[in-house]
Amino acid sequence: MNAILLTAIWGIIMMFGGVFFKSKQTPKYWAIAGLVLIIISNYVELTTGASFFDIDTKFMLSFNSFNLTFITIALVSTLLYFLLSGSDIEKVGDNVSEYFALIFFVLCGVCLSATYNTLLILFLGIEIMSIPLYILTGSDKRNLKSNEAALKYFLMGAFSTGIMLMGIAFIYGGNSEGSFFISNINIGEGKMPVLIAIGMVFMLIALSFKVSAAPFHFWTPDVYEGAPTVFTSFMATVVKIAGFIAFIRLFENSFGKVQAQWQLLVSVITAATLFIGNLTAVFQQSVKRMLAYSSIAQAGFMLLAVFALNTTAMQGLILYSAAYSFATIGLFAILIRMYDYTIDGFNGLAKSQPVLAVTATIFLLSLTGIPLTAGFQSKFLMLVAAIRDGHHHWLVFWAIICAAVSAYYYFKIIQAMFFKEAAQDILEHGSIAVGANITTGFKALLILTAILIILLGIFPSLITDSIHF
Amino acid sequence: MFGNYITIPHLLVLFPLLAGIITFFIKKESTAKAWSLLSVVITLLISIASIYFRNNKELSGLTYNYMWLKSIGSSISLALDGMGRLLTFLTAFSFVIILIANYKSTYKNANVFYGLFLLAQAGLMGVFLSTDALLFYFFWELALIPVYFLCSYWGGEKRIAATFKFFIYTFAGSLFLLVGIIYVYLLTGATRYSDHNFSLTAFRAVVLYANQQNFLFWLFFIAFAIKMPIFPFHTWQPDTYEQAPTSVTMILSGVMVKMGVFGLIRWVLPIFPMAVLKFDNVVIGLSVIGMIYASLIAIKQDDLKRLAAYSSIAHIGLMCAGIFSMQTVALEGVVIQMFAHGINIIGLWIVIELIERQLGTRKISQLGGLAHKAPVLTILLVIIAFANIALPLTNAFVGEFMMFSGLFKFNIWYAAVAGLSIILAAVYTLNMVQKVFYGETNSITKSMKEISWNEKLVLMVIVVMIFLTGVFPQPLFELTKISVAPISTIFK
Repeated sequence: MNAILLTAIWGIIMMFGGVFFKSKQTPKYWAIAGLVLIIISNYVELTTGASFFDIDTKFMLSFNSFNLTFITIALVSTLLYFLLSGSDIEKVGDNVSEYFALIFFVLCGVCLSATYNTLLILFLGIEIMSIPLYILTGSDKRNLKSNEAALKYFLMGAFSTGIMLMGIAFIYGGNSEGSFFISNINIGEGKMPVLIAIGMVFMLIALSFKVSAAPFHFWTPDVYEGAPTVFTSFMATVVKIAGFIAFIRLFENSFGKVQAQWQLLVSVITAATLFIGNLTAVFQQSVKRMLAYSSIAQAGFMLLAVFALNTTAMQGLILYSAAYSFATIGLFAILIRMYDYTIDGFNGLAKSQPVLAVTATIFLLSLTGIPLTAGFQSKFLMLVAAIRDGHHHWLVFWAIICAAVSAYYYFKIIQAMFFKEAAQDILEHGSIAVGANITTGFKALLILTAILIILLGIFPSLITDSIHF
Repeated sequence: MFGNYITIPHLLVLFPLLAGIITFFIKKESTAKAWSLLSVVITLLISIASIYFRNNKELSGLTYNYMWLKSIGSSISLALDGMGRLLTFLTAFSFVIILIANYKSTYKNANVFYGLFLLAQAGLMGVFLSTDALLFYFFWELALIPVYFLCSYWGGEKRIAATFKFFIYTFAGSLFLLVGIIYVYLLTGATRYSDHNFSLTAFRAVVLYANQQNFLFWLFFIAFAIKMPIFPFHTWQPDTYEQAPTSVTMILSGVMVKMGVFGLIRWVLPIFPMAVLKFDNVVIGLSVIGMIYASLIAIKQDDLKRLAAYSSIAHIGLMCAGIFSMQTVALEGVVIQMFAHGINIIGLWIVIELIERQLGTRKISQLGGLAHKAPVLTILLVIIAFANIALPLTNAFVGEFMMFSGLFKFNIWYAAVAGLSIILAAVYTLNMVQKVFYGETNSITKSMKEISWNEKLVLMVIVVMIFLTGVFPQPLFELTKISVAPISTIFK
């Protein structure tokens, strides 16, 4: 409860603060301060169950340890994002405090879609999350690509929203209780009623769109590439994992009993997502675009949780969201500061910026899933969950083949940084973009993020133990 | 976790790990070098202590497990058995030898080089020590990563492509291993939803049906076969050996390939006995084909490094065939041969490195007459070459003889065909010795000088080891017997 209200309130404060903030740096500090406050209040709620607000939500929201742990991860990821890339948000345009305000509104949507108990709140959460993103995508007003990306994102998003509403209507009409509550969509073990089945498929499509699962992923590379890179970083991490939490909670609570009837459909979507994401990423020259496809590939792995839907899957998804977000936010923070966004732009980075190169390597190793990193533990739990489920074994093998492919493109960046010499123009100019200064604080934060990833790689129980079923 | 719980197995892993991390922060090259030499020597002493105190339960660390991932039942459990003692000793010993032999080489960013070098040692130790499947997988991968960076940064001209192939190959193999481990893990414990466990004992106790064993066997086997490597998974190996810096090639061929052989004995034989019986012909067939094929290619090689690489494939093929003959005598032979092969091949690499460092080439066609210029080197090399062909009195003879007698008991035809590889080994090894060391000196080899004292010392230590374990192999038998006995009883 704390997080939902405080993010909304802080978003409004940031918005009106824009009138009073004199310096361009002020909004960042306010945003960080507010976020720290929200994280603490959310952590208090997670450990003690105490909420500052006593509001009767009529059971439309639920605050169990799973939901709150996820919110903590989303908030901590955002904090890391603010700390690492906050100064880059200032460079996008003049309305700095509005960008921060919009991000806080997105966070409010994230919290809603993690705690919803009825389909109505799910809809609200997804929309509150999406609409500020359309604006952020187009925030680089003078850039045609940014405009195109925003329009594309908006049209596709609106379309998927329509499908979601349609699905909700079908489910509402189809269940015997006539209820929006996800746990009340009371279908027994038998065959799904037709209306509910149609509704479920619509929901599946709409949510697949939000988490950019194939074949609904086509918007992702264009939008991620067109949007200002700072906001791509946020969209590819916090927003995406929130989509997954919404996804798994809906399927677990509403359709868990009829898993056998939709499992094949989800496994096909998972396999396609893994395939398209990994295979296309191999051929990318631009690191930004490669990360867009890699985010599709990682989504494929996270879909294994929806596929398996057991306690291991739930734990694994939480860990995966943390591992994936931390590593990706770190990588994007480095990418934003690069002069050249292609893989060749990373050539020889280890010589000129050893700290950046070493931390980027740890992030990439984590995304690949090498032991000692959080990425390994989360991929491992996903595989355990999928194998424990016991159906569709081919999917597991498909997933590991795709994971081996992913090593190819992640290691291409590592190779560029350590083993290749920088080209002449990069040597003259330097690997780092003009005006992007690599401060000691920035390096320290990168190291901190890397340590966090390794720590979770050795002791994943730091996160998984806070979830009780 | 501390105090009396730190036992020899823990030290064997932790010491190189910590020493490696410290090395990263030593900026001066000579200090980093001296520090890493000191630390590998200490590791060797710990390993000798582990053999000396082998009857002391408390020091052997058979008792203590630290629960690591409680919710999924994985623990940090490290233990030494006879085979583990032998292989950890091989690891400790060869790292000392490698460092002394390459003591004069200079590397850019030496601190990183030696740091990764020691981390690789820690990973290897962990592989030979862990008795928990997940921990084993951890170390299995951790041994790979430092070696990948060592090869790609300090290797030869085509290093990036070659080591990348190596990495992708082994990484894909390990993922299959991971899936296999998870499958077995989910079948441990009494029921489908009771607490599962990653420990070796639980894995050995698990009841697997024939069809489950059949596919799990291949998941494990492919990972190990890529590492060894067994035909047809060997294509990464010659390129990587050629491109890697020689000290890393020594690690790769001396110790790392033993990970695969060790994995078969430790994890495959006791857990999937039915599948082993079912696929023994396939695997032995592949191994024998690989032996002959690699030996034939070795004869045609002009590059000394590639020759040694192919010779290594042939030797490993024999070990794999020996394992799958499932005879006690062959299994004991395999363990002894792992040790012997590690020492011999490192000796061979050292000689190749010495030649290349002095003359700048390792092409057989460009060399000749080194015996006139460097008689000591020649004598030592000839002994190592004899060990490579497994002549009596050398260490390799004991192991190869035992493996062949096991293979003979299993099927006389396999033994006959595999026996051809001994003749072929003599052909390529002696041919190499003849062309490189005898004959007339030419314009390139004129400048050859006798090797220096540290190189002599290293090669002499190796030669002493070759004779010592060749003439008096009894201590090795005692170490291996205990580990092999429980496995061979399964197949009786």
